[in-house]
Amino acid sequence: MSGGVDSSIAAVLLKEQGEEIVGLSMQLWKENGRCCSLDDLWDARRVATQIGIPYYVLNLEKDFENTVVRPFVETYLHGETPSPCILCNNYVKFHHLVEKAAGIGANRVATGHYARVKYDEALGRWLLLRGRDRNKDQSYFLFGMTQDQLSKTIFPLGDLTKPEVREIARLRGLPTSEKPESQEICFVQGRSYADFVEEYSGIEANRSGDIVTEDGEVVGTHAGIHKYTGRPQYVVRIEPQLNRIVIGEDPQRTSFTVRDHNWIAIDKLTEPIRCDVQIRNRFEPKPATVSLQNDEIAVEFDAPQRAITPGQAAVFYWNDVVVGGGWIQR
Amino acid sequence: MRPEVVAAMMPVFTEHFGNASSIHWFGQQAKAMMDDARQQVARLINAETAEVVFVSGGTEADNLAIRGIADSQRAKGRHIITSRIEHHAVLHTCKDLEKQGYDVTWLPVSRDGLVDPEDLRKAIRPDTILITIMHANNEIGTIQPLEEIGQIAEDADVYFHSDGVQSTGKIPVDVRKLKVDLYSMSSHKIHGPKGVGALFVRKGTILKPTMTGGGHERNRRSGTENVAGIVGFGEAARLAREGLKTDMPRVATLRDRLEAGLKSKIEFIHVNARNAPRLPNTSNIMVDYAEGEGLVISLDLKGVAVSTGSACSSGSLEPSHVLTAIGKTPDEAHGSLRFSLSTMTTEEDVDYVVETLPGIVERLRELSPYYKKV
Repeated sequence: MSGGVDSSIAAVLLKEQGEEIVGLSMQLWKENGRCCSLDDLWDARRVATQIGIPYYVLNLEKDFENTVVRPFVETYLHGETPSPCILCNNYVKFHHLVEKAAGIGANRVATGHYARVKYDEALGRWLLLRGRDRNKDQSYFLFGMTQDQLSKTIFPLGDLTKPEVREIARLRGLPTSEKPESQEICFVQGRSYADFVEEYSGIEANRSGDIVTEDGEVVGTHAGIHKYTGRPQYVVRIEPQLNRIVIGEDPQRTSFTVRDHNWIAIDKLTEPIRCDVQIRNRFEPKPATVSLQNDEIAVEFDAPQRAITPGQAAVFYWNDVVVGGGWIQR
Repeated sequence: MRPEVVAAMMPVFTEHFGNASSIHWFGQQAKAMMDDARQQVARLINAETAEVVFVSGGTEADNLAIRGIADSQRAKGRHIITSRIEHHAVLHTCKDLEKQGYDVTWLPVSRDGLVDPEDLRKAIRPDTILITIMHANNEIGTIQPLEEIGQIAEDADVYFHSDGVQSTGKIPVDVRKLKVDLYSMSSHKIHGPKGVGALFVRKGTILKPTMTGGGHERNRRSGTENVAGIVGFGEAARLAREGLKTDMPRVATLRDRLEAGLKSKIEFIHVNARNAPRLPNTSNIMVDYAEGEGLVISLDLKGVAVSTGSACSSGSLEPSHVLTAIGKTPDEAHGSLRFSLSTMTTEEDVDYVVETLPGIVERLRELSPYYKKV
């Protein structure tokens, strides 16, 4: 329970279905000795009290720093664009939190994600599907879930739309019904990513280097590679070893490989498959072929795509079903 | 709260709602009730009625005592002696004074949490202005050799404050015998209402008030008195004094039953500070190979409210400074449970815990990578 409306309603719905539930919040990050999400935890506690469920705050600061914050910073310093929310789902929520829940005797964990889980008898596998609300769908952020994790997960909002969720909250008079969406990465809050990376890693704010063309011609100076991502139109590539940023034509590519992949709808890749591939959060999936090449998972789009960004996740879909995914490497 | 306490407080809300500092008759009535309460609190610790100053709780009592002396004695010196296992109200106040230029000596404690009076004697300097050492510890229950400490303070002519929040009402307290100049107390620790406490200030003690204003409480603590709270505190103090010889030995027996029961049913558990004189109601139990957070939540879900470390530190990863000071590793500290019993605890309650905890420990140990190796 984050204190937001989604997880609050997830709890409300389960409670109304007669499930025996325990509300849990995660204390993840502290800055200057203050918990950054304290007000939100108070909201979560108020909701839990209102619906009459036990509620606890679990301290997962260490796990969060090790598996989300540090990799986030390191990814930037390597010239890639990180996806901390996916790491948080993979490691903090569906690994450490699930384990803590098991410790207090809870055999399943529910969250307020907009996604669906179902067991497919024919395949003998747990499937992850997009949420019914295509605008809010969060399946992209969940591609790392294992079969074991999916078997213990409930997404009560999977069949609802955000407006429906707000309406439920309003009707129940929940204190969080009108809370705005959180848009920022929780631990960065109110700063630029570059500022956070500097503060956390203790690197000098100004680590200037060259901006060069593909031919190696120096055309300018940058103030630190962590201030750039592959997304702005003309950054072709970031070379951390040389502290250089390469600019050029907006690159359109059809193929790339992924690392640390995870399969959900299939056990493993034995022959090439056709699917739709999503390469960032707000991106309409495009048809592609996914195959095994030299022990690596390779993706070949039917048509060239812009901004295939190292560090972002590529998630493979069969319509609403998540086949699997991995991290874009080049 | 004890029902008698609630009953004593009710008339303050419904009939005697006057401001105790007013001249008019219903203010006077409130004042009289408050002074009856003052007498009850004074009797509990063998003080004179006029030596009891009501404040908002134990934290304020500690702040008033320590800051009040530090401020009034600046001309004499800036050295303060305390221990490493004080409550945060003392610990953080002393740390704050350190930042303001005071010099603080932090006395170590033994593995059972006891201060060595010899260490104290050696730490005293000509510029020492205050010794503040708690009477009994809130996490492990260790009772300090306060009489001995008080004698050392008197011999050295240094003001002596003791945080008596945990000991008041649980063990006999005689401020004359203990030779304390200042002694902190809290109402809710003896089944009184929250938000009220008291500081014993020995007659003649020069204390600079931390709260200034209308000069309430004989200029020791300004602010309109929490009359209902004070009246409730007074009744709680009366009941506590009555129960010292009857209730507390029974509580100690229950505590022993709890510890013996758990030890007979669970492997690898230890009672912290077992060899020191302890409060009758506090038991700190270390469970190896089981994660503390999981223990506390699992017990709470079964209706048993315990804590790891002190109650104020929940949600924190910092290991308890008390358990660290008695030589526990951070992991050991996290796996330590603090059970608090009271006059309202029954034998059935204790037996329920003894039946419930083993299953919880077993479940958590199944998840522990360390346990499997044992």
